[in-house]
Amino acid sequence: MNKNTKTVSALAVASAFAASVALVGATPVMAADEMEQCYGVAKKGENDCKAGPGTTCAGTSTVDYQGNAWKLVKKGSCAKISTPAGAGSLSCLTSRPAGKTLQCG
Amino acid sequence: MLSLSETQTAFAAAVLDADRPVPAGITSYMRALPEKRFNVYRNNIYASLIDVLEGRFPVVARLVGEEFFRATAKAYVSNQPPVSPVLMRYGATFAAFLDGFEPVADLPYVGDVARLEWAWNAAYHAADAEAVSIDELSDVPADQADALQFTLHPSLHIVCSLWPIVTILAANSGEEEPEPIDASAGGEDALVVRPALSVEVRRLPDGGAAFIGSIARGATIGEAADVAIEASDGFDLQANLTGLIQSGAIAAIRMS
Repeated sequence: MNKNTKTVSALAVASAFAASVALVGATPVMAADEMEQCYGVAKKGENDCKAGPGTTCAGTSTVDYQGNAWKLVKKGSCAKISTPAGAGSLSCLTSRPAGKTLQCG
Repeated sequence: MLSLSETQTAFAAAVLDADRPVPAGITSYMRALPEKRFNVYRNNIYASLIDVLEGRFPVVARLVGEEFFRATAKAYVSNQPPVSPVLMRYGATFAAFLDGFEPVADLPYVGDVARLEWAWNAAYHAADAEAVSIDELSDVPADQADALQFTLHPSLHIVCSLWPIVTILAANSGEEEPEPIDASAGGEDALVVRPALSVEVRRLPDGGAAFIGSIARGATIGEAADVAIEASDGFDLQANLTGLIQSGAIAAIRMS
């Protein structure tokens, strides 16, 4: 590109870039490692992964709040999530929904 | 006697088209007619592919209603059955199909909403990549930013529309009943990217699609800014750069 026809000057690019980096640098970004696996809170078919032995991937849970299916949630928030079936759990639940016996592990 | 491949070809054609007779050589163990048993296959194939489309285009389904969506999806499956055995690729042409599907002609935005949902699906299945860190960006001397080039994230997609597709998607993705949207309020361009585990959809600012498209073709930031300001008077370089960095859409940087 011919430098003489540039509409946006290198100086303008420099200041915009510096300002953007400074702005983003000041904002905390939530990374994947700030998430935790929360069991028993996903609606049916909306689990992130694992819905009991034999099923290994996302979207396979067959009932709402299935106790052995997890969903990624913000770290620290799992046990605070209340569902009609009870609060979220960081460990696999064998008896949710009530009356069922699920396999974990 | 038909060869195996002839039998399979005849089976596949008849299973997708209920107007065709049951292929020669198909018999049933049960007393009921082979026709009745064969229809079980027909039904399963249609029902499962319609389920796939409904799961992949939930917002389109919500916009037109479940019953209408399933009838539309049935027409699509019949018209364009899968060409790949990989189910996650099915539906690539659904948006274009909707554009020409007369029963949705009075909802001119559904095609673009389907494009946006397809981009979401593509981003979801795209390769993982770490977004460039803010420290790495901070190390670039500002006076060299003009000549900087970005490698964009492999999950990045841009969908441009004359309709407010990002607003429509956001309003119809939650559990709540959406507020009325003025479909003629003006077009929106969407940035779709999956920097970590979740797909994110953002509304691009003025000139953003031209800016990112230019970067994707290998332009430096300075060159891309020129292209974008040409495309849109309202282009704001700083806002666009900030959005691009924040969205995790930059996988690597290099000097031209």
